[in-house]
This record gives sequence, structure tokens and C-alpha cells, in this order.
Amino acid sequence: MKKLIAVCGVVCVGLLSATAVFAAGTIKIGGLFAVTGPAAFLGEPERNTAKMVVEEINKAGGVKGHKLELVVYDTSGDATKAVQLATKLIRDDHVAAIIGPSTTGESMAVIPVAEREKVPLISCSAGIKITEPVKKWVFKTAQNDTLAVGKIYEYLQRHKQSKVAILTVSDGFGASGREQLKAQARKYGITIVSDDTYGPKDTDMTAQLTRIRGSRAQAIICWGTNPGPAVIAKNARQLGLKTPLFMSHGVSSKRFIELAGDAAEGIKLPSGKVIVADLLPGSDRQKGALTAFVKDYQKHYRAEGDHFGGHAWDAVMLLKNAIERGGDTRATIRDQLERTRGFAGIGGTFSYSAQDHAGLNKDAFVLVEVKKRHWSIVK
Amino acid sequence: MQLEQILQYSFSGLSTGAIYALIGIGFSIIFNATGIINFAQGEFVMLGGMLTLFFLELLHLPLWAAVPCAVAVSALAGILFERLAIRPLRQPTPINLVIITIAGSILIRGLAMLLWGKDTHAIPPFSGDEPISIAGATILPQHIWILTITVLIIAVNKFFFYHTISGKAMRACSYNRRAASLVGIDVRRMVLFSFIISSMLGSLAGIIVAPLTMTAYDVGIMLGLKGFCAAIIGGMSSGIATVVGGLILGVLESLGAGLISSGYKDAIAFIILLLILFIRPQGLFGKAESERV
Repeated sequence: MKKLIAVCGVVCVGLLSATAVFAAGTIKIGGLFAVTGPAAFLGEPERNTAKMVVEEINKAGGVKGHKLELVVYDTSGDATKAVQLATKLIRDDHVAAIIGPSTTGESMAVIPVAEREKVPLISCSAGIKITEPVKKWVFKTAQNDTLAVGKIYEYLQRHKQSKVAILTVSDGFGASGREQLKAQARKYGITIVSDDTYGPKDTDMTAQLTRIRGSRAQAIICWGTNPGPAVIAKNARQLGLKTPLFMSHGVSSKRFIELAGDAAEGIKLPSGKVIVADLLPGSDRQKGALTAFVKDYQKHYRAEGDHFGGHAWDAVMLLKNAIERGGDTRATIRDQLERTRGFAGIGGTFSYSAQDHAGLNKDAFVLVEVKKRHWSIVK
Repeated sequence: MQLEQILQYSFSGLSTGAIYALIGIGFSIIFNATGIINFAQGEFVMLGGMLTLFFLELLHLPLWAAVPCAVAVSALAGILFERLAIRPLRQPTPINLVIITIAGSILIRGLAMLLWGKDTHAIPPFSGDEPISIAGATILPQHIWILTITVLIIAVNKFFFYHTISGKAMRACSYNRRAASLVGIDVRRMVLFSFIISSMLGSLAGIIVAPLTMTAYDVGIMLGLKGFCAAIIGGMSSGIATVVGGLILGVLESLGAGLISSGYKDAIAFIILLLILFIRPQGLFGKAESERV
């Protein structure tokens, strides 16, 4: 008898999780963010933003009368933990969809779980492998680094500079950037004359830069996240390097200018539009969402809203729209997500399709330059 | 051109090497007085930088006041560490002590993260950041600060250990604790002293490098390991040998990154560490000691 009840129970739970996702009146959304650990600079603003957006949606009456409930777990940037927590979100919390994880490594680890359990996953990490090739249940909001590389190369091509030196950080972000930088060079008629790396915790990069100075590079492209690029900017100034310096979108926040100080002057980088929200022309489709997000984040957390938070903002809003348009099970939410067209969010204007689960084009980035300790848009 | 490059590599190496040396001396002072390898040494380096930032930005002290305050607070942290973690230990076997210091380092790092957050911060340089050009290679004024302060500290160290009663007492402890206590030296107090001195040295190192390398709650790990490496090359002596060890390490790292490949920079340090431990465990300059039975 006991056995029978247990079996019934399991079957019921299985049925529940498969069909009526919001039987109880609230819609549960799972969040997997690296709030602590080395990727905390991604996870923390993401969690904050997700919480903020969900709160606001609920205040405004929820989605089609249903309140949203956000269940957030901290992965500490650990792929194994991310997988365990994703399983927990799906099996124990019965979430309708999952937002996150924050890093590419974690996302790649969680993807098989989402695919097997048939749960929509909107990743907040940038790796191109997440949505290429397309996986049925996996979407993402962070811009591919392909687009960022394209933005820099386009500029170089326009200015007839063809010899570049690249200096990338030896972690996942840098490795992916390095791959893209090499892969796309030929397309823009660019030759890489020097290819160096540095460790994420290195504190002196003059050796690499000295070597680059010895090469005949017309531009240096550095791919990394804080604080490395700030050290590189300072070292370049120390060595008196006159070669124009480009950074990746990994440092596009005020923090980089704070860290690098005067050495940041004149550095150019591709960036999402958040940091230049108020400089955008009124005709920009994203302007409304951007200024609202920046103001909102400022009010809630007394800090500037950044791209990373923006990825979570986009993910929640994309979900909300999908549910509004008629997604009421995991499967229909997925289908509706795929039908998203022209949604102007923080990271760019999203148009998903059956062939494209990244949904952005080169317009997601603008090229910005540091002028007098502020960002300005490079025309 | 090539010569200029090598000169630049050497300059960069010497300045990072001086930092490693300073941290390494902290290691060896504690080691000599207590036989402990204090793996929390890197955390004191971090505390130096973060505390200076705290006094500069939150309390708005000028730099000349913030630095001594930061050193003083780090020294206090050193005292607390010795009092709360090291002294109460019932069985101070080497393995217990190592585990305690590692635990201590994780604790200090965690507290720093809670107090000051996870961001990296920059500290303004002591005297501007206009590069100085020497024979085609450049250094920053901060590098000169680092080299000068390192030299100064070594001189003070030398004086302290060879010409003051406390210093001599500490050396006596390092040679033979039992004999030292028999002639009336308070060994426990000397151990406390060694923690105070090394935490001050560590924090000072953290302060003078922060304008170049920036500071965050987790900068202590790598700097601590490199300092340890320098101390091992120097044979755990608290004098010139460790300094030379640090400088050698810095220059080799920089030359390796420049001439071979930047990907191997950290590997170079640890290969040297292993080689020394295999071939000359007494350090490059040490004489092998014979154990008396």
C-alpha cells in the first residue's frame, strides 16, 4: 500500500511539473547567479536586478493576474553547484523557467539539464557556444563577443589599420575573445602581429607590452575584465606607448575609469548602450528601457546599473512578455520566447527565431571612448 | 632595440621582485622565531592596501596619516591572530600550525570581503605617475618608492636583529627555543613580536604596491605565494638572501614573460620553487645545517 502511495505521489509530482506550472496562482521563476566567488561582479548585479524587476512587475499587478515569485540560488561560479541547483529548481521548486547562470562554464554545464527536463533557460552569460548550435530550450541575453570583436575590427578597417597586437586574459572570457579575434581577422583584412596573454591576477604587464612595442602593431586590443585591463592601461602609459589601445566590453563600466585613472584617457571599447544611455539620440529604440533601468537601479541600490544587471533585466522581461503572449506551461513559454521580435531591452533589440537563440545584431554595441574620465560615443 | 627591451624587462622584474622580497621577509621572520610558515602573510599584504584605502576614502585622511594608521591596524590584526589562533594551540605541531594559518587567511579574506566588498580599488600613487625614462626603459615614481622602502626596511631589520636586545633575543629563540627560555627570554613574547613585525612588513608591502597593482580582498593569495617563493629561494633567512631571492624571482618572471611566453609567468615561479626544494632546500645561499642528535 505504502509503495502504491509513493508511486502515485511521484507520478503526481511528475505531472504537476510537466503541465500546470502556475496552479498555485504564482509563477515561479528560478534564478542561478554567481553572487559570491570570482564571478560575483556578474552575479551580484544580476540577482539585484532580477529581484528589482520582479518586485516591480508584481507591484504593477503581476503577469496576467499572476504574481511572479523569484527563487534565487547562489552558484558561487561553480559549474557543479550550478547543475545541482538547476535540478533543485526544476524538481523541488517547480519553476516555469530559469534565468542564468552568470558564466559560460556554468551555462554549458546546466544546458543538458534544461534540455533533458524541458525547461526554458535564459542564460546571462556571453559564450557563443551557449546558443550555437541552437538548443531547443536555451536562450541567452548577453551579447556574443563575436559582435564586440566585429565592432572593433570595423573601426580599424575604416581607419586603415591592419596590424594589431592582441593581449588576452588567460581565463574563459579571454580565451573566447582570443578565438574570435583570430577567427574574424581575415574577414576585415587584419593581421595579428603579436599574440600575448596575461594571468587574471597578474599585477604587472610591462613585459608583454614591451614585446608589443617591439612589434609593428598599429593597434593593441586587450581582452579581459577588471582589474587586468586597468593595469595594462597604466603600464602602457608608463612605457609611453603611443599605439591606440582597445579594450573589450568586459570593462565597460565606470569602475574601469576609476581604476585606470588618467591612463584610461583615449581608450576605445565596444560596449552595450547602458553606460551611454543619456548620450543616445532620442531615436534610439532602446533609450526608454535603458534610462528607466539605470534610474531604477540607482534608486534601489545606490549604484549605477550596469550591463550585467541588464542581462537579468532582459531575461525577466523576455519571460514576462512570453507569458503574457500566452505561455502557460514550460513548453508554451519556450515557444513564445522563440517568437520574440524586436524587443528593445538593455543588451540590445532582441529578435529570437528557430535558428537564432541569441537574438542580437551588431547594433547592440556602440564604440565608446574615454574622454575626460567620461564615456563618449565614437562616431 | 633588443637591449632596450631587456632593460625594460629587468626594471619591471626588479620592482615586482622587491615586492616579493618584502613579503618574503615577513615569512622568514615568523619562521625563524617560531618555526611556523605563516600562510596568512599574504592576507596582511591585502590588509595593508585595503586599510589604506579605507582611511583615505572613508575617513578622508591624508596619505601620510593613512599609511601609519593602516600599518598600526594591521599590526593589531597580527597580535589578535597570534593571541587567538596560534598561542592557544594545545599541540603546536607544524601541520596543525600550517592548517591554522591557512584557516586564518581564509577567515581574514572573508571578513575583508564582507567589510569592503568584492570590488577592486585603486590607490593614488605617492608622488604622481609621470614615467621616468632611464636609458630607453621607463619606471614610475612608485617603483622608486618601492625600491627605497625595501632597502630601508632591510637596513632597519638588520639593525634590529643584530643591535637591539629584543632583536638578539628573537634570534636566540630562532636558534634554540629551549636554551633561550633557560636564559630568561620570554619566548612567547618573542613569538608575538615576530607576528607584529611581519604583519607590519606585510601591510607596508601591500600599501606601497597598491598604487601600481590595485587592491582587492583577494590579492593576498598570489602575492603571498610569490613572497613564500622568494623566502624559499633565500633559504628562509630574514636578511639579504631573501631580498636577492625576491629580485631573482621577479626578474626571471619578467624575462620569461617577455622572451619566452607570457602564459608561463606564474609557472616560472613555481618551477623555481620546486627546483629549489628538490636541489637546494636550504636556499640558494644557505649552508646546509647538520642536525645534532
